Amino acid sequence: MERIGVFLCSGCGIGEALDLEAVKRIAEELGATCTIHPCLCSEEGVAALCSVLDDGTNDSLVIAACSPRSQCRVFSFDAEKTTVERVGLREQVVWSHPAGDEDTQAMAEDLVRMSIARMGEEKLPVRLEEEIADPVLVVGGGLTGMEAALAAAGMGHPVFLIESSDHLGGALSGLPEVLPVAPPYDRPHQSMIPALIEQVEKNDRIRVLLSTKISSIKGQPGQFEMDVEGPAGAEHLLAGAIVQATGAHPYDVSKVVGLGYGSLPDVITAAELDAMLASGRLARPSDGQTPKHVAFVQCAGSRNSDHLPYCSGECCATTMRQVLTLGRDFPGTEASVLYRDIRTPGQLEHLYQAAQEQPGAFFIRATVRSIEGSGDGRMSVALEQTLLPELTSIEADLVVLATGMVPNSADGEAIRMLHDAQNRVEHGESDVQKEEAQKIVDELRAHEGTEILNLEYRQGPDLPVLAYSFPDSHYICFPYETRRTGIYAAGAVRAPMDPAQAMEDAWGAALKAVQCIEAAKRGEAVHPRSGDIGVPEFFLQRCTQCKRCTEECPFGTLNEDEKGTPELNPLRCRHCGICMGACPERIISFPDYSVTAVSAMIKAIEVPEEDEEKPRILGLLCENDAYPALDAAAQLGKNWNPWVRIIPVRCLGSVNVVWIADALSRGIDGVILIGCKHGDDYQCHYIRGSELATTRLENVQETLDRLALESERIRIVELAHDEFSRIPTILDEFAETIDELGPNPYKGF
Amino acid sequence: MSQLSKRPVLVVGAGAAGLTAALEMAETGREVVLVEKEPVIGGRVARFHHYFPKLCPPSCGLEINTRRLERNPRIQVLMSTRVKAARRDGDHGWTVMLETEPEYVTDRCTACGACTEVCPATCSDRFNLGLQEAPVIRRPFPHAWPERFILERDACAQGCHECVDACPYDAINLDAASSLQEMQVASVVIATGWHPYPVEKLPELGGGRFPDVISNVELERFASADGPTGGVILRPSTGTPPEKVAFVQCAGSRDIKHLPYCSGVCCLASMKHAFYVKEQLPEAEVTIFYIDRRAPGRNEDFLVRVAETKGVRFVKGKVGKVEERDGTLEVTAEDAEEGKLLHETADLVVLAVGMVPEKEEDPFGLPRDDDGFAVNDPDRGLFVAGVAHRPADVATSIRDATGTSARALAVGRRS
Repeated sequence: MERIGVFLCSGCGIGEALDLEAVKRIAEELGATCTIHPCLCSEEGVAALCSVLDDGTNDSLVIAACSPRSQCRVFSFDAEKTTVERVGLREQVVWSHPAGDEDTQAMAEDLVRMSIARMGEEKLPVRLEEEIADPVLVVGGGLTGMEAALAAAGMGHPVFLIESSDHLGGALSGLPEVLPVAPPYDRPHQSMIPALIEQVEKNDRIRVLLSTKISSIKGQPGQFEMDVEGPAGAEHLLAGAIVQATGAHPYDVSKVVGLGYGSLPDVITAAELDAMLASGRLARPSDGQTPKHVAFVQCAGSRNSDHLPYCSGECCATTMRQVLTLGRDFPGTEASVLYRDIRTPGQLEHLYQAAQEQPGAFFIRATVRSIEGSGDGRMSVALEQTLLPELTSIEADLVVLATGMVPNSADGEAIRMLHDAQNRVEHGESDVQKEEAQKIVDELRAHEGTEILNLEYRQGPDLPVLAYSFPDSHYICFPYETRRTGIYAAGAVRAPMDPAQAMEDAWGAALKAVQCIEAAKRGEAVHPRSGDIGVPEFFLQRCTQCKRCTEECPFGTLNEDEKGTPELNPLRCRHCGICMGACPERIISFPDYSVTAVSAMIKAIEVPEEDEEKPRILGLLCENDAYPALDAAAQLGKNWNPWVRIIPVRCLGSVNVVWIADALSRGIDGVILIGCKHGDDYQCHYIRGSELATTRLENVQETLDRLALESERIRIVELAHDEFSRIPTILDEFAETIDELGPNPYKGF
Repeated sequence: MSQLSKRPVLVVGAGAAGLTAALEMAETGREVVLVEKEPVIGGRVARFHHYFPKLCPPSCGLEINTRRLERNPRIQVLMSTRVKAARRDGDHGWTVMLETEPEYVTDRCTACGACTEVCPATCSDRFNLGLQEAPVIRRPFPHAWPERFILERDACAQGCHECVDACPYDAINLDAASSLQEMQVASVVIATGWHPYPVEKLPELGGGRFPDVISNVELERFASADGPTGGVILRPSTGTPPEKVAFVQCAGSRDIKHLPYCSGVCCLASMKHAFYVKEQLPEAEVTIFYIDRRAPGRNEDFLVRVAETKGVRFVKGKVGKVEERDGTLEVTAEDAEEGKLLHETADLVVLAVGMVPEKEEDPFGLPRDDDGFAVNDPDRGLFVAGVAHRPADVATSIRDATGTSARALAVGRRS
């Protein structure tokens, strides 16, 4: 931007603590216009800002007042016409440092210099204007898929509902009764499936494609191009977003040695009992006799580290439903439920209470050790860890195993690794390479042919999966934050769940799909930088095809051409800047957030001469967690070392190591990066940003050691949003370390 | 688009569920009006220390949601506002009467803090569940949004106007009156949340009788850095760290005399609390008395982690009685299946109380199930999100709120 207007607010104590006239002179020396205002967030203040934009005096604003997190709605301007930089003088300088002090003043002056420098490098972002397809593709025609289709249609979008089998209904097909999804919760409910099929079939926005599979999906949100193969042959379809509702299947309980499934004919699964109850005939598979005593074995293979370590959350309630149906349709049948913990959370507790009240129903807390035939046509269920030591086994005529759910997902990343390895086996350069690749192929071979979506993405053909193969979101706060923009998993494929939950999940995923399409129409990013415009630009003439950006993007935004040059799919992009941080050639930049803009900020920091004994420290802080924590520390009146100059970044993953080189060659004595926690319980909103930053930093530290520059000059720290009492200490301790190390030897060069 | 879908959707409540609903709808392009009776967003979760199973702070997600909210011009936010009355407009949605509490602190407030410095009076700090006193005019808590001070007018010293004199921005009006406005909306998402089952109703468990018997939500405040003890877990009676902590699961839950249902979160909350205690006090002994350990889904991993932690014990038994003897609490639990009585001592007892849906004010006349949870009424364009709808954890509430939003958006469209 060229005509920069700097506005210094003297309110909230800023004017008393700082010599704003001195700051103003600096801004003017740097070619900006500068105004000091007593209260910028007042009506008069905002009017002053608007007038310089309206009369063309300025095309961009540096607002040095409160934190960029304060008064956002007041200081909001049309992003396509004006760029705005906020300098948090109030929190970051005045509230956290002594008034009238020369170090406090130097901090404020630097922050304003830095923002002016950044503004000089910024450009206006341009809104994407693309042709966007309205339809939602729903994959899977079970309860979740049908609900998602009705939801998207209900919100006005056309729907393609693709089902691989020849009928709708999914796992609940053929069941007359299901778990309650609404009050009353104390009894089984008639299945909703037949009515749903009818609604789907008569909805003129929904097109159902049965016996159909996806051959490939290309493109990006708003522009997914799909090739599908159905009974009528191949077809080419366009969709804007995708809901994957491929459901789950019961765990193969024959793998659980000792439970007798597969060897004892009268040991059946819950699904098999359901089929029996649906037929209205309760009969032992071995002899067709009606069983008098049925034993239900809960957690058959679940909550077991050798099988399914998780709890499917639905099997206990299903057992209650079956116990109630048995009692109602086959009175006199006894049922023993062998459980570790009965898990009927929420209102399903009423179903448990009803089952407990049913005559002939017994609940026994125990772990089942084994099931064996007892010779007289019955079975003996051996128990352990019972509450009554004398109870070591029970007899039953029929045993029902409550099996858990296994998601019908495909591990896109594993498939991609397999394909890459297969490629190396065929075209590898050395025998060693081929041998190693063969090992990977052997290990991952089970993923061959498991593709569902068949995405033509560099990072693999399906959604990445998390623990236990569920393509779940990792987030508690954002359950739909998928790693493939515009593609949302829902129902039992996303996480184990009961029908009531699956129905809500379907509507939620459909909303996200519709939202993604609408955001694409507006040319805006989706979560978490929702509403953001301005996608990264690649200066491909200088690209060396190193593939770091295509590999490291957490959202699979970039494809590669045959040479390995990145191909941007801007509508997949979530605007985090991790590609920008990855690029060793520094050819990736956003118009309003670029390598050069941040470099300019770093170069604008005034570094005192060595004999002044005032080191300088650059702090690169994640704007989502660390920077807010520092704001809160300031609100609470905490102080920290005034040598630190903070630059908030979109994600630590967007930090390009050239910034560290810039800082050190400028004579800055230390660089600290503070970002979100990584690991299994990561808190990074861009999945891997802080983790990638850590890896990149390790490489930089090695380089420093080689240059005989202490690697302690660079530190990376993980910090959670609520650790506001810790962050000033982190900065102070780092400043102490830097003080002990002495000045950066490159100072003055 | 029909006339109806040009009207905004009303969201009642800006806790985890309501905030989600408002944001998700607005990000599809729909106009939304979000009303919240408190002067800040975030509801119950803003007062939690960490979420299970990740042990991450709720303020982290609220940060993102606050940015989304501020950036989205399609959401009108009305704080300190309730729905006073609602009238059905034939098939055209609802006309609602919104009442906003007196705006003693106006939008001229910059949160500079000059008023708090001079305020001579204190009041019970409701954002800390009354566990500490706070100045009458203040920032509610760090990161509170909107960033505007609150004034608890009833607690002002008579005739005092120190804050008015101190405010450099003329942002305080002690004579403010409440205001009413009428608004026409297409459909309504009710996300009015919950309150903890009152411990006073559990005197047999020591609730309201002994200072060292606290509720699970109070423990959240004691563990929080912005809580009454600065995040240090202490025995309220002595101010010293506890050595033996007992968690009483199903305190008033799964009990026809109190709450017949299971809130589905208290087991996991207590497991999380066991970590809070062990993190600060590695030597402390923690005992969790339970009927069933309910950790569905991947939360099972969390249960395994807690169970493997040294000094944390799970004991199956329903606690029937908590008594105090010579400053020590005695917990009596009964194992229903074995019929055996267990006696244990503790110096801090945490009652894992369940969630009760808020239902005092309901101008819409929502249908409810036997437990008081509201049920969707699609024919009248009323949809319920979060714990107002069913007891659930945060992740589930947020997921359901997203689904509920879709239902609210579909109202008035040809289906």
